[in-house]
Amino acid sequence: MSDRVELLLTLADDELILGWRNSEWTGIAPFLEEDVAFSSIAQNEIGHARALYELVARELGSDADAVAFDRAPDEYRSAPLVELRRLEWARTIARHWLYETADAIRLEALKGSDDAELAGIAAKIDREEVYHRIHAEMWVDRLLGSEDGRPRLDEALDELWPYALGVLDDDLRPELVARVEAKLGRALPEVEPVPRGRHEPELAELLGEMTSVRRSAPVGARW
Amino acid sequence: MSGAPVSDFSRTPALADADVWKAFAEIPDPEIPVISIVDLGVVREVRVEGERVHVEFTPTFMGCPALDAMKRQMEDAIRALGAEPAVEVVLDDSWSTDRITAEGREKLRAAGFAPPTPRAPEPPTLIQLERGPFRCPWCSSTNTKLENLFGPTPCRSLRYCNACRQPFEQFKTI
Repeated sequence: MSDRVELLLTLADDELILGWRNSEWTGIAPFLEEDVAFSSIAQNEIGHARALYELVARELGSDADAVAFDRAPDEYRSAPLVELRRLEWARTIARHWLYETADAIRLEALKGSDDAELAGIAAKIDREEVYHRIHAEMWVDRLLGSEDGRPRLDEALDELWPYALGVLDDDLRPELVARVEAKLGRALPEVEPVPRGRHEPELAELLGEMTSVRRSAPVGARW
Repeated sequence: MSGAPVSDFSRTPALADADVWKAFAEIPDPEIPVISIVDLGVVREVRVEGERVHVEFTPTFMGCPALDAMKRQMEDAIRALGAEPAVEVVLDDSWSTDRITAEGREKLRAAGFAPPTPRAPEPPTLIQLERGPFRCPWCSSTNTKLENLFGPTPCRSLRYCNACRQPFEQFKTI
């Protein structure tokens, strides 16, 4: 598998799995606006994944659905950060913000890529991600500004920090540390990143649920 | 090639780019039918080459479920002109809300959707979205407030007009 396909799968798998996790708030978010917001963000992320899977499928002579749904859990490139199931608000906001911050750094780098197709798609994705970042930062500010929210968010951030570091390659990690610490006004624990390639047990469970309808139909079924 | 009218029943070699554009101008956006796909600015290029019509199509929001329907409708429109469609989906950065035509923006406004504000060199910020002069499509007041960055589809935010006390949908600028 070429480096290009590896990279496309890394991006696509992160967006697909996080999109699924975000969609778990549909119908049960703390209030209606957030129900709409997380559902819409999920739709965007899965849309990004789909476009990236199309590029992979073209290179592999496959189709996007097969690439997205027919692999074994250990063949996914997703970062453990997006696999965790944390249906709790502080952890949801912490993961959302950490991921969007890391993803912004990654997209900035890709927008400068010599691969014109990759640079173009990164720029297109980034236009939409702007709104995710505004949303995530709004919530971080809101929680940091509340007596009850701040300790909860801090605890969630410390817990998820090693996972956030694992989203990026070594060369981009210092930028993530700088941005997150600047926003929080405090240092984060010095920890080893939870590396990509390792998977959380929740991933297999997620994939089982996500692909259950597809697996129930005969191969080649048209939807 | 001339822009001579095309009859419905002959595969005429006289099909021109303009005929295809005219047919596309009749295709409504599947989610907001007041506006056509040409108004929306998603058709980047039309090129008639003999019996084939090449189209470059740039999606709006990548998760928009209307994209497949738009592509299918363009293909049907080309077949109805007696030609073979070749619609290429271009996933680059060339579509922005600035590509929505002036006419399209007015149609949106008249239907109660506040059209997107022009793109600025820098991406929008929360402060701009909260304090900027966003105009109510119903009463034209700019005394409106942001209710939710996200709305019923990826392209829209929700706002509320303090003057006429109506909620409305604001197109996001991307």
